[in-house]
Amino acid sequence: MTDLFSQYKVDNFFDEMFSASGVARPHYSRLLATFKEMGAADFARKRDLAAASFLRQGVTFTVYDDDQGTERIFPFDLVPRVIPAREWDLIERGLTQRITALNLFLHDIYHGQSILREGVIPKQIVWEAVHFRPEFMHFDVPRNIYIHICGTDLIRDREGNYLVLEDNARCPSGVSYVLENRQAMKRIFPTLFSEYRVRPVEDYGQELLNTLRYIAPPATEEPTVVLLTPGVYNSAYYEHSFLARSMGIEIVEGRDLVVRDGYVFMRTTKGLKRVDVIYRRINDDFLDPRVFRKDSGLGVPGLVEAYRCGSVSLANSIGTGVADDKVVYHFVPKMIRYYLGEDPILENVPTYLASQPNDLEYIIEHLPELVVKAANESGGYGMLIGSQASAAEREGFAERIKQDPRNYIAQPIVALSRSPSFCEDSMEGRHVDLRPFILDGEKVTIIPGGLTRVALRAGSLVVNSSQGGGSKDTWVVDEEEA
Amino acid sequence: MLSRVADSLYWMSRYIERAENDARILDVNLQLLLDLGGEAEAMQHWAPVIASLEETDLFDSLYEMADEHSVTEFLTLQKKNPNSIFSCLTLARENARTTREQISSEMWEQINRLYLFVQSDDARKLLASSPHEFFKRVVNGSHLFQGITEATMTHGEGWEFIRIGTLLERADCTSRILDVKYHILLPSGESVGGNIDTIQWMAVLKSCSALEAYCKLYVSQVAPWKVAEFLIAHQEFPRSIRYCVDSLDAALHRISGVDESRYANEAERLSGRLRSEVDYVTIAEIFETGLHEYLIAIQERLVEVSEAMYASYCASLGAP
Repeated sequence: MTDLFSQYKVDNFFDEMFSASGVARPHYSRLLATFKEMGAADFARKRDLAAASFLRQGVTFTVYDDDQGTERIFPFDLVPRVIPAREWDLIERGLTQRITALNLFLHDIYHGQSILREGVIPKQIVWEAVHFRPEFMHFDVPRNIYIHICGTDLIRDREGNYLVLEDNARCPSGVSYVLENRQAMKRIFPTLFSEYRVRPVEDYGQELLNTLRYIAPPATEEPTVVLLTPGVYNSAYYEHSFLARSMGIEIVEGRDLVVRDGYVFMRTTKGLKRVDVIYRRINDDFLDPRVFRKDSGLGVPGLVEAYRCGSVSLANSIGTGVADDKVVYHFVPKMIRYYLGEDPILENVPTYLASQPNDLEYIIEHLPELVVKAANESGGYGMLIGSQASAAEREGFAERIKQDPRNYIAQPIVALSRSPSFCEDSMEGRHVDLRPFILDGEKVTIIPGGLTRVALRAGSLVVNSSQGGGSKDTWVVDEEEA
Repeated sequence: MLSRVADSLYWMSRYIERAENDARILDVNLQLLLDLGGEAEAMQHWAPVIASLEETDLFDSLYEMADEHSVTEFLTLQKKNPNSIFSCLTLARENARTTREQISSEMWEQINRLYLFVQSDDARKLLASSPHEFFKRVVNGSHLFQGITEATMTHGEGWEFIRIGTLLERADCTSRILDVKYHILLPSGESVGGNIDTIQWMAVLKSCSALEAYCKLYVSQVAPWKVAEFLIAHQEFPRSIRYCVDSLDAALHRISGVDESRYANEAERLSGRLRSEVDYVTIAEIFETGLHEYLIAIQERLVEVSEAMYASYCASLGAP
């Protein structure tokens, strides 16, 4: 009898669900048994129901490819990605270690800079980083935490090892999809949830609020926390509004805030109301037209001054972008050893720095085998996948790298792990990554699982939503034999 | 509550109510045609609709003449008309999108559903094949939204702003629907109080879902002054101007927490004045002023209240 998986091939990749074609990993066995009983038509119907429900609820992001902007849903694949507790424990320890080191690093480079003085990281790499903010040297951030909310992208290589691909230490997005995907899955496959003990993600809003309240200025008894959004036209507006709702706080735009006598207030129907903590989903550059970009209509004049006085706290802090610079990324394992005296639990993907002459030569000679990335781009932009580019594209990129070596890194093309995904009428392997969300407040809290992004185009390695990516629900399950 | 959010809630509900009223006016006019028959008579029913909405200039720039097709398109799916059903529901949803943390998920889903409907091909086809069904869908969609709002949202400050938006818009629309009759000329040879005149006044009542309520009161004796009196001054009918103004004044006072016999800001002073005027006016006085003139004055008063409310709650910087 044919079922959804009868034609499924593992090929030469690490497959999340099967150890070999036809042999499911133990933590997937019950899932497979359930899915095998379903026909393609039934599965497609369930997928369409989920899509219709996302559309009806307005769980959408905006794509600006015309003057109007179109709202799209983030494609959702119904086959969950399952992570056994044993693997998750390793990830959790690795990410905790990593954010601890990153926060120590940020404190150090904005104070004594011992890591630079001792030559562990070359001085100019930090000083030339676009998002380094020397104007905040010797500024003490509340509770000494710089990155409160971090999204670190993990991938798995052919052997199934988890590797860190990049850190997102400014305004990482995607957590709303984690929560929405879970809700959708519970509606569609309720029995699976009673069979598996899936670790819940629903308390993320509460944990995030705890993190934000923790950094409130001292002696604020009931801190007022707000979420600052660039506005309804921002592609992630849905997420901003979702998070504000799940925390029960106000979502504000720059024009709703005003600075008076060094304090930040929001304009309400009952007059001005003091604001203590701002979860800002606006990049540094747009925060305050008096300090950063003068043309920013999104920010709040005087906000940075209030922040400096300590009358308002920001999450994340200003200047964290230096920690997720793709060149600085290369040095994170060294930071971990330097600040914590530990070996990194999660390894980086091997990285070549174009700014180092030997590496530059290697990069130019081996372009067809490498992925080249601009140091400060995201969303899959400013990137060259050597094997998929034409000779002309590679030459063009080589020229750009030589012009501005500080701004480029290269990595070998990692054969990302694959997960079965529903395509047309059967299951096919598609490449996935994982973005767990890490909160650093009174303690480090990580949402179990995170956002699994899947490259839905056959053979594609790019999982970004702007490039044809979708997402899956991610389950951390407690029993290996589930 | 954030001033911007209060303003958005207010406009969200105004736009939904406006879309509902567009649908009401069109639906009744289409049905009126069936009663009247005759090409020439039918034609003169469309220009007054546009005139009462004060949209003649925009309409003339888009269409050559006011007939069933052009007026229906103008008020339903015409994107260039900022007050078409399409535009109103789009704007209502934009306002809802910026106030998601204030309104309930159920309210949001209902607005979104209405918006997705008018965006769809299905809506276009439905309007072409059975316009009555299309209008019913819009009106029912608006009613469902109001019911959901009543049943799922905390009746606090935000809810009052939503209520005020609905009431202000509804009072305005009722005045415009009454005014349509002023603009419709009776066919030559017809007399006031004649057959066609009566049918037209019944259509006005139907536009406001008021025919049944009216008949209970006046036993289907449709006389112009009685219809006007009912739609302007009835104390309990939810679409009468008086009901809307009374409720609006009460809602404003619930926001400020000040007793209804006093006023705390300009919006309350103006709404209180309008309330007492509508409460104590007689139908004889209205006809003495002229119905059309009286209705225009009401519309202007409503604009004043709206502006004063914006100044009091939304534009204010206040002191800490």
